[in-house]
Amino acid sequence: MSKKIRNMTDSNMLLSITIIVFLLMYIGAIIFQGKGFTKPQTFFNILNANAGLIILACAESLVMITGGIDISVGGMTALVSMCCAVYLDHHNGNVPVSMLIALLIGLAYGLVQGYLVAYLDIQPFIVSLAGMFFARGMTTIVNSDPFNVVNEQFVALKLTRINVPGMGSINKKGVYVNAYVEIGVIIAILIVILMFVMLRWTKLGRSFYAVGGNKQSALMLGINVKKTKFLSHLICSVLAGIGGYVYFLHVGSGAVTNGQGAEMNAIASSIIGGTMLTGGVGNIIGSFIGVLSLATIQNIVATAGLGEAWWTGITIAAMLCLFLVIQSVLMARKKKMMKK
Amino acid sequence: MSAKKNSLSDLFGKIVRQQIFIPIAALFILLLFNLIFDPGFFVITLGENSAGDPVLSGNLITVINMGSELAILAIGMTFVTAASGGQDISVGAAIAIAGSVLLRVLCGDNTRPAAGELQTSFLVAFIVSCIVAMAFGAFNGVLVSIFKIQPMVATLILYTAGRSIAAWINNNELPIISDPEFGYFGGFIPGIPVPTPVFIAIACMIVAALVLKFTNLGLYTQAVGINENSSRLNGLNPVFIKWLTFVILGLCVAVAALIKVSRLSSINYSVIAKDIEMDAILAVALGGNALSGGKFNLWASIIGAYVIQLLTTTLFKYEVPSDALPAYKAVVVILLVVFSAPTVREKLAHLKKSPAAKKGVA
Repeated sequence: MSKKIRNMTDSNMLLSITIIVFLLMYIGAIIFQGKGFTKPQTFFNILNANAGLIILACAESLVMITGGIDISVGGMTALVSMCCAVYLDHHNGNVPVSMLIALLIGLAYGLVQGYLVAYLDIQPFIVSLAGMFFARGMTTIVNSDPFNVVNEQFVALKLTRINVPGMGSINKKGVYVNAYVEIGVIIAILIVILMFVMLRWTKLGRSFYAVGGNKQSALMLGINVKKTKFLSHLICSVLAGIGGYVYFLHVGSGAVTNGQGAEMNAIASSIIGGTMLTGGVGNIIGSFIGVLSLATIQNIVATAGLGEAWWTGITIAAMLCLFLVIQSVLMARKKKMMKK
Repeated sequence: MSAKKNSLSDLFGKIVRQQIFIPIAALFILLLFNLIFDPGFFVITLGENSAGDPVLSGNLITVINMGSELAILAIGMTFVTAASGGQDISVGAAIAIAGSVLLRVLCGDNTRPAAGELQTSFLVAFIVSCIVAMAFGAFNGVLVSIFKIQPMVATLILYTAGRSIAAWINNNELPIISDPEFGYFGGFIPGIPVPTPVFIAIACMIVAALVLKFTNLGLYTQAVGINENSSRLNGLNPVFIKWLTFVILGLCVAVAALIKVSRLSSINYSVIAKDIEMDAILAVALGGNALSGGKFNLWASIIGAYVIQLLTTTLFKYEVPSDALPAYKAVVVILLVVFSAPTVREKLAHLKKSPAAKKGVA
């Protein structure tokens, strides 16, 4: 056993802990909470509600693997959804152009933040903090009243449901209902797969790990450190733009409060998924499962009748604490074994 | 002549390279902006409040009054940043907890106590809230120093849970204290026209100055921040010092919470001290302190805090809605950090030097 642990890479070890805890939690939910969690649709609803967050967590993980941090993704979600909502409703826009707007906002953010972080050597925390402030402020300037989008084309897209073959359950009336997912989930899963392949098997993906792990040795290996950092922030912001749009597609409204705290949820998911803030260690699949774990906890708290709102915050924090301590203890133990 | 000029430019260069130059320059630029566009910004009037006591009012008074909490937090945040190389993002949530505890101890189960019905004296309540805030600080400190979790991640836990815990402490009720004496800490003491938070902030600064002068805390935190291993080899205990900085920040949080709660004589768990952690970190960064730890300048951080407040007050004066405020703040922050970034400053210095060098050759 100890030999096995020694042979595992950091990333794999943290990932397997995450998967085990998530499975235990879900099985626990099925046992103690009963029927709700045995329905496939419950699981797919978690996916539906958190498709945007999954993309944001992927974006955040990429930056964290490269050794940075981006806390502007939540603000960007609000900005993207508000801009698109205003364009669609007040200017009778069409959906493809609104998608383009989301991408352009992401691109613009990525270029500016990436340049400031990579080429001017400003701490990523401060840059993205300013980015967050800017996005939240801009959202209010664009429009301060929350409203639901009634654009037909958009609503049709929002209500599009894709049936999951072979999954379903029998409802109270005895009719078989197929489980479904929204379009956002398909996009999110595509992005997870793309990012996973990119980080694992491409030259660029490996250079992100190299830069996050040790800048000096990455430089010695001939990696363009600045360009890699720049690219990580660029990809992150573009992904955040997409994530913002997917979030918008789910909620279907423009509001200043959209994506409130999303940056912290994205960071928390990445950490639960085994990404380390020091850089160089992380896994996209882990972040994906991190989001699921977070959402499952929220669901358990909601269905357990702990109606008071404070329980969600406290349980998530307790889980985060548990994960962090487990990670820290395991890493320390591994270091000791390596020395022996 | 040229020698004199050279020494002058040297002197100028020396001043520019001082760490405290950045926040002071920002302060002066903002004041100059106000002076040019509206000299009325500096008017201070002596009026009377509703109770008939003399009070000073004016934009500058607002700045030093409302900036007090931020300045107090900046003290603690500077220590944490210097020692651990990370920031505490849970101070806003911790203020909610400390404030909630303060009200809980004062009110007991009665959420609307009349003037004479408070359970204990203010001092007892304040001490209890200090202990609780320091305990939460200690919790963060243990995660950071013993479990070696990055500070921002470790404090993310309290950031997520803090406001929920604060609501839980008071059973989600919002106590209101009608005793006017409780409002003294965040308002005015009868007869003294200067707002009380200013005195509290100055008292905190004096304590911090005395601590830095008579103990080795400043030196030790810098040593730990610069190189943890070598400071351990020199006989310091980095684990304890990191932990201690978080406890100190907890104390600062309790003082800030007292002012915040006293201003309203009540509390709103989801709104109180919202985003103040970002402002506190910003104050440290504006002060030119490296967010990655090591050397620090406490006074630069404190000036940084007042710069942020001055910016906020200025923007409010031009009737920027409070929700749109962050956008303008962001632009100013980006400009400030770009100009204080080492690479940019080097380039600027190079630009300045090269024409002078050419002249010298000619």
